[in-house]
Amino acid sequence: MIGSSMPRKEGRDKVTGRARYVDDLAFPGMIYGATVRSAIPRGIIREIEFAPGVAWDEFVIVSAKDIPGKNYIALIENDQPCLADGRVNHPEEPVLLLAHSDKHILAAAVTAVNIQYELEPAIFTIEESERKEQVIWGADNVFKTFTVEKGNVESIWARAAFIVEGEYFTGAQEQLYIETNGVIASFDREKGVSVWGSLQCPYYVHKALMPLFGLPDERVRVVQTETGGAFGGKEEYPSMIAAHAALLAMKSGRPVKMIYDRAEDMAATTKRHPSRTRHRTAVAPNGKILGGTIDFVIDGGAYATLSSVVLSRGTIHAGGPYFWPAIRITSKALATNAPPHGAFRGFGAPQSLFAMERHIERIAQTVGVSSVEIRRRNFLKQGQTTTTDQLINEPVDLEKLLDRALELSGYEEKKRRFAESNKHARVKKGVGIAAFLHGAGFTGSGERYLNSLVGAEGTADGRVRVLVSSTEFGQGTNTVLCQIAAEALGLPYDAVTIAQPDTTMVPNSGPTVASRTAMVVGKLVASAALGLKQTLVVAGLLGEKCTADEFRAACAQYVAEHKTLRSFARYEQPEGIFWDDRSYRGEAYAAFAWAIYVAEATVDLTSYSVSLDDFVALQEVGRVLNPVLARGQIIGGVAQAIGLALFEKVEWRQGRMQNNQMTNYVIPTSVDLPPIRVFFEELGNRHGAFGSKGIGELPMDGPAPAIVSAIEDALGLAFNSIPLLPETIFETMTSAANEPQEEDLAPSGAR
Amino acid sequence: MSAARAAAKRSFSFNVNGKSETVCIYPMERLLDVLRNELVLTGTKEGCGEGECGACCMLIDGSLVNSCLIPVAQAENTSIVTIEGLADNSRYAPLRDAFVAMGGAQCGICTPGMILASAHLLERKPAPSRDEIREGLSGNLCRCTGYTQIVEAVAEAARRMASS
Amino acid sequence: MKANPADYDLIGAPNLGAALALMAENPGALLPIAGGTDLMVQFAAGTLASRRLLSIWNLPELRRIDVSADEIRIGAGSTYTDVRRHELIAREFPLLAQAAAWTGGIANQNRGTLGGNIVNASPAADSLPALLAYEAELILASAAGERRVAYVDFHTGYKQMRLEAGELIRSICIPRRFSECVSYTRKIGGRNAQAISKVCVAALGRAAGGAIADVRIALGSVAPIPIRLPATEALLRGKHMDAQLIAAARKAALAETQPIDDIRSTARYRSAVVSNLVAEFLELLAAAPAPHA
Repeated sequence: MIGSSMPRKEGRDKVTGRARYVDDLAFPGMIYGATVRSAIPRGIIREIEFAPGVAWDEFVIVSAKDIPGKNYIALIENDQPCLADGRVNHPEEPVLLLAHSDKHILAAAVTAVNIQYELEPAIFTIEESERKEQVIWGADNVFKTFTVEKGNVESIWARAAFIVEGEYFTGAQEQLYIETNGVIASFDREKGVSVWGSLQCPYYVHKALMPLFGLPDERVRVVQTETGGAFGGKEEYPSMIAAHAALLAMKSGRPVKMIYDRAEDMAATTKRHPSRTRHRTAVAPNGKILGGTIDFVIDGGAYATLSSVVLSRGTIHAGGPYFWPAIRITSKALATNAPPHGAFRGFGAPQSLFAMERHIERIAQTVGVSSVEIRRRNFLKQGQTTTTDQLINEPVDLEKLLDRALELSGYEEKKRRFAESNKHARVKKGVGIAAFLHGAGFTGSGERYLNSLVGAEGTADGRVRVLVSSTEFGQGTNTVLCQIAAEALGLPYDAVTIAQPDTTMVPNSGPTVASRTAMVVGKLVASAALGLKQTLVVAGLLGEKCTADEFRAACAQYVAEHKTLRSFARYEQPEGIFWDDRSYRGEAYAAFAWAIYVAEATVDLTSYSVSLDDFVALQEVGRVLNPVLARGQIIGGVAQAIGLALFEKVEWRQGRMQNNQMTNYVIPTSVDLPPIRVFFEELGNRHGAFGSKGIGELPMDGPAPAIVSAIEDALGLAFNSIPLLPETIFETMTSAANEPQEEDLAPSGAR
Repeated sequence: MSAARAAAKRSFSFNVNGKSETVCIYPMERLLDVLRNELVLTGTKEGCGEGECGACCMLIDGSLVNSCLIPVAQAENTSIVTIEGLADNSRYAPLRDAFVAMGGAQCGICTPGMILASAHLLERKPAPSRDEIREGLSGNLCRCTGYTQIVEAVAEAARRMASS
Repeated sequence: MKANPADYDLIGAPNLGAALALMAENPGALLPIAGGTDLMVQFAAGTLASRRLLSIWNLPELRRIDVSADEIRIGAGSTYTDVRRHELIAREFPLLAQAAAWTGGIANQNRGTLGGNIVNASPAADSLPALLAYEAELILASAAGERRVAYVDFHTGYKQMRLEAGELIRSICIPRRFSECVSYTRKIGGRNAQAISKVCVAALGRAAGGAIADVRIALGSVAPIPIRLPATEALLRGKHMDAQLIAAARKAALAETQPIDDIRSTARYRSAVVSNLVAEFLELLAAAPAPHA
């Protein structure tokens, strides 16, 4: 069962159109809700005018004044209002909510609410935020800082044969799940608030609704509906839309459905944090890193939301899969007047790893060794420690992994061949490598803090149902957790089902994020399942060794006699895991997955466009639980990262996304991608279910730097900013060639 | 221009998944909305509302179309097939089976449109090359799979459908 | 979806004559809609100002392709799929066949029409440079009769055209005298499918005795309307191809275009690409084998 490609649990429903997403549901008496949003980036609300010509008495209107409890979306800092109260700090900030029974009349009404503002100066970039001409958050625009220090950084510069500096940038990226954000909420005097929706973390929404409504635990219910893609974009954001729909439900007394259209979803909800990373590295004559400093900065938008955690992960991953005898990593998350940035697959690591992998190339060139050799000389080895002093205590051999990736991709032969053909061809070709790691699970003491609880229950017909708040949104939660339970109990796959995540029915197994579900929650599922068996054994209904039929019979009998058969397992931090939150030292993650990716690119100098011809994704993942699902995760993640590297540019104006339609924010289609060839290695993982490590986010980290390095190989020009569009390649090539310009053409805004 | 309504609702008849249907509706209602809301055929999805993502794909008289761009009046007297109609058709069982077994569906929101587009392709090209499959699906966006396992599923379905 | 369907009417007509009569009876009040791939996007965005529409989808007089000895007449209601499927178009008018294949995905090709593409008049429309290169003529029909205009004179400015009230495009007529030409077309977009072009070129050329006997270069997305490059063509006609001529042609082409910075690209990039595409076309023309006597 483990290691087999068991078919997707809910696959049949998905291919027949029977799977029901939130917009497919209708409740009796249901009306529709919509949001009136700020048109400006920063200012004071002076007046709100409801234009004539609309039958406003038919509408339910909610403002901040209607919030029964606290006007914030509870998360970490609790600084983000549910509805703006007197002032706004970003474009698209929610100000008012409207509900009506006719969604067309509703949509027209949104545009008939005129808000007058007193504009205040706003800031839109990391640099503007750092300069503090405007302080828009806290005392200094800084949400969070970290400092990680290892070894004696001051001593390395004098000994260095080379000191290599570099500055690297990544832009915002829109998750672009094909199903937009949506919820249905209802309110009842007795039962309280109930929400059904497209979301990753029912208990995050549950936690946010309690203080907003002043309701206790048991009077808030959150249910996840079939979710059409998430990628982090439905980790924290759904608390906001759920709160909105619930407020309208409370005031109207009716169920309220809110579904964002694509333009609203793109403009108003979270995106990947833009970043700037500065490296300064001391390097020995043979290319070995003596040490260095890394300064990593992310743009968090107007409110803190999850920026501190994104910063944390980016900080810990900033050194890449290399050994740093000495390092100082300083990082900060800054405020700007943009809609808050949020979780997106990789969560800070794609940003800092892009910088590291581009920087190691710069080091290689400075020293005069190859991309391959510089990595060999600096790879972490078993027995060495990471930048946070985490001991690598598994037999990972990155050099061997690199060798295998080079062989699979034909790297050396291609590099030689392209070097020759590039001399004459108008079409330039190149190959590029990225080496990286991704820590799965919550950082440090995070898993202990989450204190995940998982349940398994026996049903009347002798089957087993998994009880978790972990959600399916395409990555295979349902399938893998059922496989794990089935394997643990020796049952057939069809004997195990999984309950719909409903906070009144399932325990809190933690959020479905951080690549933790198979590895951490899966391990607890196995324990909980075995707990069921133990109960039956103790009850004398089953022997320690039993067949599937015997289990089924014993389970059915127990349920008949006792009504319920349930077993729970709670997370326990493994022995010997030590993490210091203040100094940011110790075991940052229970397990790292390791990877080497190789990209082959062609640059057409007629159009400056890049096309990818081949992509090899090789990773060590502990254990492959389901080969079809695992491969699907890697290919999908690589495709999304190709989008980040080459296609997806958010066009900002005054803090608002201008290209908020699928026509103008382009993701790859089926004819835009190379063959993506996926290979796995398995070293096991004693902290993960059946030896697995989390893999959901890993594939997001490597493709961008591998591709940019391939382009550099093709053109002999370094690019240090993504997304890298043909316009930028053109501008860099023409300025590099120092072509005389007849007109004074302003350089393009792209960086 | 007065605020009076420009149109009255009218009666439109068409065949949906083999069944005659008549709706009384405004002529400019989008076909997507009529099928989802009036006929409660929620299998077809809206992903973008601008004909870019293909999640709303269906067949009108055998032709693949984006139903978010079609006024219901223009679908009068046509024969429409949605994912629900295909789901009942055993001819496409290999396509469904391949999608389920080979990772063609992850979150599933693009899947109805993908299956419609795949069926449309296979009717015209029963033995498509990988490139022809990719071209045939280039109007259907998927954010989860990176397309590879979808293309492989369609190729496998083509093989099985040819041999049956 | 921002529009309220209750605010719009859509009426039909059984044939072209009836449609034109309705338009004559309701001057300026009826907006024709064929496949809807442009208008329905505006509708959903809440920006479709016209409240009364007239469906001309699938009208038999418009959705047909007729071939005579001298020309092909493509009905304005022909879809891109109709165009792609037509054997003669693929053989004799590859610029148009290719443009149709580049427009949207299959589902949009099954609905979008050539007439709609012309009347929507996006400067980035994919088929329009091909029509310019092929020196198409339009037959415009109204209740009062028909007239024929050279397509090159049809667009007068951004979204402005020589279409009178009550008129529809009935057919696009292309003379059948280009099969001996070398064809060259490229679309540079943000991705390989479903992309709005940043620059688009459709070009034809014929060499005779080592000199450029004939050349037509048409571009999209580099001016408010799709354009030919008459000065560049005049520079090239009758000359022998060499590196200086190509360099001169690059400069001349740039002088005839006015690309802009917009949400998709920059003026400087577009200019550079125009220059490169013109050169690439000329190199192709120079390398093409001489036609048989």
